[in-house]
Amino acid sequence: MIVRDIIDILEGEIICEGNLDQEILTACGSDMMSDVLAFVKDQSVLLTGLVNPQVVRTAEMMDMACIIFVRGKVPDESIITLAKARGITLMKTRFRMFTACGLLYSNGLSGGCKV
Amino acid sequence: MSAIHLHFDVPGDDFTRAGEASGSTKKRLKALGYDSDAIRRVAIAMYEAEINMVIHANGGYCDVDVYPDRVEILLADDGPGIEDIDKAMQEGYSTAPDNVRSLGFGAGMGLPNIKKYSDEMRIDTKLGIGTKLYLTIKVH
Ligand SMILES: Nc1ncnc2c1ncn2[C@@H]1O[C@H](COP(=O)(O)OP(=O)(O)OP(=O)(O)O)[C@@H](O)[C@H]1O
Ligand SMILES: [Mg+2]
Repeated sequence: MIVRDIIDILEGEIICEGNLDQEILTACGSDMMSDVLAFVKDQSVLLTGLVNPQVVRTAEMMDMACIIFVRGKVPDESIITLAKARGITLMKTRFRMFTACGLLYSNGLSGGCKV
Repeated sequence: MSAIHLHFDVPGDDFTRAGEASGSTKKRLKALGYDSDAIRRVAIAMYEAEINMVIHANGGYCDVDVYPDRVEILLADDGPGIEDIDKAMQEGYSTAPDNVRSLGFGAGMGLPNIKKYSDEMRIDTKLGIGTKLYLTIKVH
């Protein structure tokens, strides 16, 4: 799956465009950033309902290519500026966390580990 | 001898800037050509510690020494100190107030994450004086 496929699956809207052809292997959904930071996976996307600059910084530390804001949440200009400078794609979807994760999972994306 | 020394002040009053020291360090290590897995371990451990300084200790400073085989990081603050280190090291233990939780932190996972991603970790803390966290991360 590439970032572009996720736009289709989640009926997403791009807020800040990074590399849309980046291959994505796993996903992580959480509103607690230290939970995200606990499990490193390669080529992962982050789904979150949290909207602040630390979401972008967390993705930066984890080498994540794309952040998906669920429930139609919209990041402000400072968040977009941070993401742009780091080449991270920002996307929003109207789906809620459970549904958004379920849609990606049933389209072949996994959590990257057995638990 | 230290190959490269980096110093960062971490302001305690600006949550949005927390992570700038870690981000800059990450960028620098990338430019120096270190292995990306190792860089990620440095970045995550340092970021958790930097966030802790901002949310628990009103800021502080970081000193980073980059050697060919390892990165040594000191994060120092003059915050309230940690009362019980053993408790603080447990997954899920947090004294963070609700407003911190609404910012996405306060899961009590930071110190356990730092331990997991670093090769050596030492905490010097005194109540009412402050906390010094020493980290060593091997980079190849
Ligand atoms: N620099 C510090 N100064 C004072 N207390 C600290 C400091 N760092 C950590 N602590 C204490 O240790 C506890 C555990 O820290 P830890 O980083 O594991 O969790 P947290 O910061 O509360 O939540 P999370 O890291 O998941 O966002 C904190 O809640 C706090 O009481
Ligand atoms: Mg913490």
